[in-house]
Amino acid sequence: MGGYAFFVWGSYAVALIVVLGNIVTPIMQRKKVIKRIKRTIKRESIELSRSNQGQ
Amino acid sequence: MWNWIQRFSSPKHFYSMSVPLIKWFAIAALVIGLYGLYLGLFVAPTDYKQGDSYRIIFIHVPAAWLAMFIYMVMAVSAGIGIIWRIRLADMVAAASAPIGASFTFLALVTGSLWGKPMWGTYWIWDARLTSMLILLFLYLGYMALQSAIDDQRSADKASGLLAIVGAVNIPIIHYSVEWWNTLHQGASVAKFDAPSIHIDMLIPLLLMAVAFKLFYATMVLVRTRNESLYRDRNRRWVREIVEKL
Repeated sequence: MGGYAFFVWGSYAVALIVVLGNIVTPIMQRKKVIKRIKRTIKRESIELSRSNQGQ
Repeated sequence: MWNWIQRFSSPKHFYSMSVPLIKWFAIAALVIGLYGLYLGLFVAPTDYKQGDSYRIIFIHVPAAWLAMFIYMVMAVSAGIGIIWRIRLADMVAAASAPIGASFTFLALVTGSLWGKPMWGTYWIWDARLTSMLILLFLYLGYMALQSAIDDQRSADKASGLLAIVGAVNIPIIHYSVEWWNTLHQGASVAKFDAPSIHIDMLIPLLLMAVAFKLFYATMVLVRTRNESLYRDRNRRWVREIVEKL
């Protein structure tokens, strides 16, 4: 890279990090959202069965 | 017409329709991006003045173009969300902000790494650089407003207004190199004359720009799917999907 290796490869490395970050973040986010909704469903079904027993 | 828009912009419909789009956008981004990288790094000739340092252009310029493009998508969809109350448009705006912020950051960092060997400094308060930094702050402001307001509709309205008002910065970025004396060079491609860049450098540049746009298209769909799951978390269609997972 004619003496510019640090600047050129540095730029490409940051680009790679930004691209990978953009791929990983929404995957993690999706897992978190699904986990949260599953927890809510579980809690609601427990509450529902409790209120049914009470009757 | 209105019924048609309503049906196709329902988060439920979008959630299932977006799957094949994501797949094809991702494949196209990968193929075009790898070919662009190959041409840019191995085929394009060394610049007579800047040597090999100019190869930063294949990241820097597509990142900067994409950062401005995403901002316009965000502002327009926020406007559609506010005016016509199409929830999917609000979700697209919210999904775009972090992607736009990351590519603005990439444009600033690669510009900085290019500035050091060519201008002798990593940073200067030049009109182009400063207006690009403001773009980053606009994205961050939008994201901060989104997460600061609990009521979703109010959050979309407040952050959407910021996005729309901030759109004034986009022409300022574009014309900054003409309106002010800047260290940053003028446009080489996006102008009315023929591009002042050799064809062997122009082709990989345009390929990378297309690949970056396709990457955004892929990721904005993925993020909008997440948004629709989260925002409709109490609706039956989301419950049915989640229970099967």
